[in-house]
Amino acid sequence: MAELAYREALRRALIEEMDRDENVFLMGEDIGRYQGTFRVTAGLFEKYGARRVVDTPISEPGIVGISTGAALMGLRPVVEMMTMSFSILALDQIINHAAKVRYMSGGQFSVPLVIRGPGGAANQLSAQHSHSMEGWYAHVPGLKVVAPSTPSDAYGMLKTAIRDDNPVIFTENPGLYGIKGEVDDDEFLVPFGKAVVRREGTDLSLVAYSRMVHVCLEAAERLDKEDGVSVEVVDVRSLVPMDTDTIFASVRKTHRAVVVYEDWKSGGFGAEICTRIQESCFDDLDAPVGRVGGLNVPMPYARNLELQCIPNADDVVEKSRQTLQGVI
Amino acid sequence: MRRNGKGASFLSTKESKKSKSKPSASNGKPTRKELEQLVEDLRWMYRIREFEDQSMRAFRNGLAGGYLHVYTGMEAVAIGWIGEKREDDPVIAAYRDHAYPMLMGVSPYEVMCEIMGRRDGTSKGKGGSMHLYSAEKHFFGGWGIVGGHTAMGAGLAFAIKYRGEDRVALCFYGDGAANAGIVYEAMNMASLWDLPVVFLIENNQVAMGTRLEYHAADPELHKRAVGFGIEHERVDGMDVIQVRKDAARILDYVRKNQRPYVVEVMTYRFAGHGAADHDQSLYRSKEEVEQAKKRDPILLLSQYLLKHGAIEESDLEQMQKEAEKEMAEVYEKASAAPKPDPHEVYEDVYTDMQPEEGH
Repeated sequence: MAELAYREALRRALIEEMDRDENVFLMGEDIGRYQGTFRVTAGLFEKYGARRVVDTPISEPGIVGISTGAALMGLRPVVEMMTMSFSILALDQIINHAAKVRYMSGGQFSVPLVIRGPGGAANQLSAQHSHSMEGWYAHVPGLKVVAPSTPSDAYGMLKTAIRDDNPVIFTENPGLYGIKGEVDDDEFLVPFGKAVVRREGTDLSLVAYSRMVHVCLEAAERLDKEDGVSVEVVDVRSLVPMDTDTIFASVRKTHRAVVVYEDWKSGGFGAEICTRIQESCFDDLDAPVGRVGGLNVPMPYARNLELQCIPNADDVVEKSRQTLQGVI
Repeated sequence: MRRNGKGASFLSTKESKKSKSKPSASNGKPTRKELEQLVEDLRWMYRIREFEDQSMRAFRNGLAGGYLHVYTGMEAVAIGWIGEKREDDPVIAAYRDHAYPMLMGVSPYEVMCEIMGRRDGTSKGKGGSMHLYSAEKHFFGGWGIVGGHTAMGAGLAFAIKYRGEDRVALCFYGDGAANAGIVYEAMNMASLWDLPVVFLIENNQVAMGTRLEYHAADPELHKRAVGFGIEHERVDGMDVIQVRKDAARILDYVRKNQRPYVVEVMTYRFAGHGAADHDQSLYRSKEEVEQAKKRDPILLLSQYLLKHGAIEESDLEQMQKEAEKEMAEVYEKASAAPKPDPHEVYEDVYTDMQPEEGH
């Protein structure tokens, strides 16, 4: 069992899958000679050459379009978006082309394409580089969307993504690249559509994915220490397909839920999770489903304002206390 | 690199003097084999035209909905280019797409079923007129976002090159699509990476209802390849004999040199943009259409074949009648074909799972 940083775990998955399958290749801006903006692809250009690690012009729609065409022919492209914010340029190629061709062709074609990259706020990247895009993509039939929170999941889910025959949006919060965690030395896959309970509890369920899982774990710790309540943390990790069974089982146990997501609060994917809980667990709930999301403003530059926008443990603790009224 | 701008206007009744090709067969004595091929081409022209008439009839009778774009007048382009490509050379195209899959071996019945939204359609009735596909015949669609498929066209060629295959990708798009930005991202990468793809502009000189001179700063669209260092030219698209020669030469160039190519094929649609284009006077005169019909591909080819004694007048009538009968039967059979079952609505969204059911 080795301790790997999140970015190293991703890199290990890329190497193993490229070694396993000649059809897997990487494409993106500055991923080769420049080693990748977040160094996920460091050394891979030297290892595999320009044929399989393709440096592209700054042409996101073109990159996704060419990759989709190659995928229609049976190759398995892994596209890096320098940031998921740039994938907005390629929305037409992703949504109108890659996601729909299987349906529009009556199942004749599939698109084994992975689009991966950092999604969410980093450190003062301001309004155009801080988007959380996963909710946009989770809205679209034909796409699978995952958001792993740990190095082990990053490794196992990227391998699953590359082997999936459907287009997969694989979002990596930039705040996670440096975090370290145990990753089994033996090869393994983490399946899509399986949530995981990161911390057991009995009084409240915090439901989150990606970096917000860590924020929830911190909040849970504080609620335990400061209020003496037992908080469960559910890591959704796969948005499409979503494992509602695990989420509902947790809510039916604790009778209270707060959903936490970094994306803009209004219309974000967390709202979908809240609705699912409300639709299926209404009789089990002792309080309205709480929600913590990003502030509904373009991301500001000033660090204090930026931090104000991104949900933190304080925000989660505060909402949890409201939801726990009567218990504490 | 050739700049033969006005060399091959669709209105020109002369042979293109500047063509790189050897003189058209119409100038020399054609072989028996060539003539047989051309008779087949003429048969196809009638079949496609009759098919399109039946598809319009389906629309008028409420058996086809949405958008319907017919290929009438442009037949020589697809017949020539698909006729000259190899069987496994992949093709991708826009939404005026009925002719390509039929020329590649898909039955008119399956295409008509798709247009009528029937289960026997190429996409089981879930694609429609604009979204025809055939994985088996290497037809990659059938796309409705103008210009959006051109990068995938380059992607087909990327896969060909990646695997070291001896194939050429053929990407058809229109003069309207030539103004979409993604076309130029695709051209840049195709040239940068030496991809074997033909960007084939079917310039029918009007983007829906906006004429070429109102939508293109320089109406010679092939010249846009200059910035990417791609070979380019404008050629005729009405005389199938010339189309075949240009296609053979350009496909051969791409195959041998492993380089992309931009070819602007001048053509004309005799029908409206789509079935719902009710007033063509908004963008063109009757006189213009009549003038263009002097170079109707059926007329040009039948005159040539008559001149060389390959057919007689009565054969023309016979071919037309056969095509009419065949496509009328296709219409009848498709209109009686079963519709998709309601449960099929969830199928083929993903390869391995279904979306959540219900409203």
